[in-house]
Amino acid sequence: MDVAAAKLIGAGLACFALAGAGIGIGNVFGSYLSGALRNPGAAASQYPNLLIGFALCEATGLFGFAIAMIVLYAF
Amino acid sequence: MKMSPMDQFAVKSIGPEWHLSHRYFTLAFTNQALWMALVVGVASIFMLAAASNPKLVPGRLQSMAELSYEFVTNMIRQAAGDDGLIFFPFVFTIFVFVLFSNFFGLLPGAFTVTSQIAVTFALACLVFVVVIVTGFAKHGLGFLKLFVPHVPWYIIWLLVPIEVLSFFIRPLTLSVRLFANMLAGHTMLKVFAGFVIMLGGAGGALAVLSLAPMFMIVAVSALEMLVAFLQAYVFAILTCIYLNEALHLHEQH
Repeated sequence: MDVAAAKLIGAGLACFALAGAGIGIGNVFGSYLSGALRNPGAAASQYPNLLIGFALCEATGLFGFAIAMIVLYAF
Repeated sequence: MKMSPMDQFAVKSIGPEWHLSHRYFTLAFTNQALWMALVVGVASIFMLAAASNPKLVPGRLQSMAELSYEFVTNMIRQAAGDDGLIFFPFVFTIFVFVLFSNFFGLLPGAFTVTSQIAVTFALACLVFVVVIVTGFAKHGLGFLKLFVPHVPWYIIWLLVPIEVLSFFIRPLTLSVRLFANMLAGHTMLKVFAGFVIMLGGAGGALAVLSLAPMFMIVAVSALEMLVAFLQAYVFAILTCIYLNEALHLHEQH
């Protein structure tokens, strides 16, 4: 198998990381929503934590994307 | 001429170059330098214009500047406590630079400064160095107690390497988070733009269908504006959280 084909396969495999990102982000927002519906008064105080949690989760998925880019373009 | 969605990230020299004797070292004024200069220039002009001739009841420009000032101050106070406010200029500069760079990248034909790993890695290393210097300046060698939380002895030998690893991976995650978000967003925009061109060039009924990727470009641009602000906010607040760890090692509130 030549390097170009292996690169494409590797980049495709690296995208499996995004499944984890999707699950994680859904988890974060779902927990925030269920907590906010039980205790609406405390929802606004946790809004910054919601944004931080979302960004940290998204970052993990995007690490997979970054690896796909490295495999495709830096080898 | 085959164009790819990744052409937008190419750093091209647009001005005077200075070649040193070593043939791999060239200083050039690149498009990245131009856009960084634009970001810094516009941010400075905005803040200076807002602070000149201040009124007790602020006008529009002044109240925008005051809003951003209060936003960052509240963020620092919440994440790092009142003695974190000494870092306000640092965090505010980082926040404004990342925010303006992200937003300027959304202009048509612009070059996104923060989509270059060199820029984001430099910012993340700066944050890391400031955190370490703060920690050692305030606590001396006791700063190393950051890696040893209060846990029973049978967990400590497993936890300390994990803590050390997660501390040293911070510059990498901080930089790659911002870089990958910007890279992914702009690549997606260019891919949809490619679809518009391909469908429009096909002619006939397919040319009308090229409106669909156009709507996607609008939707993705809106999403990118949200992501631009969110990534700037997350970079700044993670800086505050790391500074909080350096200032107050493991104290509970």
